[in-house]
Amino acid sequence: MIPTSAGPGQPSARARGGRNLSLAWLTVPALVFFVGFGVIPLVGVLALSFTTWDGIGDIHFSGFTSWHAVLTDPGLPHALWVTFLIMALSWLVQTPASILLGVFLAGAQRYRAVLSVLYFIPLLLSSAAIAITYKALLDPNFGLGAGLKIALLSQDWLGRPGLALGVVVFVVSWQFIPFHSLIYQGGVRQIPKSMYEAAELDGAGRVRKFFSITLPQLKYTMITSTTLVLVGSLTFFDLIFVLTAGGPGDATRVLALDMYKRGFQANLMGPASAIALILVFVGLALSLLLRRLGGGKADHSQMEGA
Amino acid sequence: MESRTTSRRTFLSLSMGLPLGAALAACGSSGPTKPGGGGGGGGAKATYWYLSTQPQEGIRTAAMERFNKANPNGQIAGTTFQNDAFKTKIKTAIGAGQAPTIIWGWGGGGLRSYVQAGQVEDLTSWFGQNAAVKDRLFPSSFGAATVDGKIYAMPCETVQPIVLYYNKKLFEQIGAQPPQSWGDIMDLVPKFNAKGIAPFSLGGQSRWTNMMWLEFLFDRIGGSEVFQAVFDGQKDAWSHPAAIDALTKMQALIKANGFIKGFSSITADSNADQALLYTGKAAMMLHGGWTYGSMSKDGGDFVSGGSLGYMNFPPVDGGKGDPSDTVGNPGQYMSISAKATPEQKEIAKKFFASLLSDEEIKAWVGAGSVPIVKGADSAFTSSKDAEWLKFVYGIASNAKTFAQSWDQALSPTAAEVLLDNIAKLFQLSISPQQFTTNMNAVIGK
Repeated sequence: MIPTSAGPGQPSARARGGRNLSLAWLTVPALVFFVGFGVIPLVGVLALSFTTWDGIGDIHFSGFTSWHAVLTDPGLPHALWVTFLIMALSWLVQTPASILLGVFLAGAQRYRAVLSVLYFIPLLLSSAAIAITYKALLDPNFGLGAGLKIALLSQDWLGRPGLALGVVVFVVSWQFIPFHSLIYQGGVRQIPKSMYEAAELDGAGRVRKFFSITLPQLKYTMITSTTLVLVGSLTFFDLIFVLTAGGPGDATRVLALDMYKRGFQANLMGPASAIALILVFVGLALSLLLRRLGGGKADHSQMEGA
Repeated sequence: MESRTTSRRTFLSLSMGLPLGAALAACGSSGPTKPGGGGGGGGAKATYWYLSTQPQEGIRTAAMERFNKANPNGQIAGTTFQNDAFKTKIKTAIGAGQAPTIIWGWGGGGLRSYVQAGQVEDLTSWFGQNAAVKDRLFPSSFGAATVDGKIYAMPCETVQPIVLYYNKKLFEQIGAQPPQSWGDIMDLVPKFNAKGIAPFSLGGQSRWTNMMWLEFLFDRIGGSEVFQAVFDGQKDAWSHPAAIDALTKMQALIKANGFIKGFSSITADSNADQALLYTGKAAMMLHGGWTYGSMSKDGGDFVSGGSLGYMNFPPVDGGKGDPSDTVGNPGQYMSISAKATPEQKEIAKKFFASLLSDEEIKAWVGAGSVPIVKGADSAFTSSKDAEWLKFVYGIASNAKTFAQSWDQALSPTAAEVLLDNIAKLFQLSISPQQFTTNMNAVIGK
């Protein structure tokens, strides 16, 4: 956008340098926030993970004791397993549902526009509110099932390990499918009409068009949405904390919850910081992996010429 | 062109900056009232955080307002929190040097960690100068306020033993008598289950609710010395045969469906466990004395109509423990933050001396609680809850041992491991042997 071609009004080198400088200045606010709220705390957490601190008294340097305590604790592989399980399950639930909804909502019909507004509602609610509501609805003694006297609904939803995990995945999906549908809706609307017209001339039906045009064209949208699902579920905390508090036992204790419990309930800031760093590493590795998978080459677009 | 590009970038950085700025501002205001920020206007202000459960909240607030009315130059600003949220919040605030002037708590292990960090004032000499303040309170209430021979907290409010509540109507319905022994409890379980009534209500997600069961079983089977050994940090103290026996009996009750369906997802903060008792869905409940007040308030005519029965936890056949022993909260506690200004500390001490006035005693008695003041039973006769109050006063004054709740007596680190393992024990996902192994690993930590 910045005119780079030499023209009659080309500014002098000095003026240009000044302009670049002023552009650089514009990044300062964002940079300050990133350093202040991202980099400095991260360094602080790294330092804390090599100390012993109860959150109240003095901080003592203690080498690798915190790391040793965390890495030898059987709670860590369990928390990692639960985290990845919730991640994988919520991806499996959210992605197909969001693609279908997104494709459906991309249509120009009026009723679809109305529906898309309705679908959007869960996104407007806070996670804590959603969790409290579901907790009340699923209460085995005072909840929906007991109230309507439907035996199928009055399970011990949050009291059995398998069911509780399922409920967490369901509620997470209920909350975030609208968001991902929105992303896919945008993706579908970008697909050029001419491709569908060409396919129709060749005699392709609805299903064939979906699998041969829509899905391949949504590849990059899918990668974006997948990255958000996977990295997002790593830091999932508020909803699970209110809904199950990690229970029953430790059946839904994800890594972020494990970190909180160690740090703020057991007063072990060292091990909690070590878990925080593990979270950061896993998150970075995941998004790196997804970028690789995506190829990241802009010239791969199948839209050219369309 | 150029200016448009610039403005777009400005917009970008602004749009990134704005939410962050808003978040920043929110951070600043979420720490309710800043200690030390009292210079703003009027006299000096001390800050005070306390729990929000009714009816206790109203009595605390009234005591504070009375003090504020009497002392226009040195006032107290209060902020309330839910029980479980408060426990986390207060620790974080103290660690960050943002503690309120008056730190409300349960004494014991939590207080010890504040003392070790030098965050609370030593009140020993103040109590020495104000012997009258000390002498009118139950001597048993000072145990959990004392760390290494020095007093760091003002005992306040009420004595709260844990008692076994039952619904008299449901016992009539199945034609049974309240349990006189652990054997009776196990016999009652199938009888209630056969009628579709849960034998026991339990808010298991809160975890400390499960712990109360173990506190009594340990005591009744092996005597108070079993947990005392843990508290004193003796090696492998959890492996005591009485401990294994208690844990095994506990799991036997759970396996026999002794507790309400879904107990592990019920929280005590919502008072749903009490609702199960007074709505007739569960026959019995082991809970703190403070629930009497909330059941009278929320339970319609359940308490006033005489349907609520209560008793001390029954003995276990062949157990060594004294059946008069009890556990619970020997009192609540207020400490003064070491970080507070001298003026704030003075206000706090003045406030301490004003606590448990006749009006406040009357209010606590009215809410069905026994204040930790000697001779408080003289105020009972006029109360509609006289029978209950005498029962609690009797337990508190006759108990051979009034043990403090385990999670309050232990350090926060050991308490968290304890609660975690108790939740798993109740989930039947670990055996009594695994429980003792896990717990032995954190003894003395």
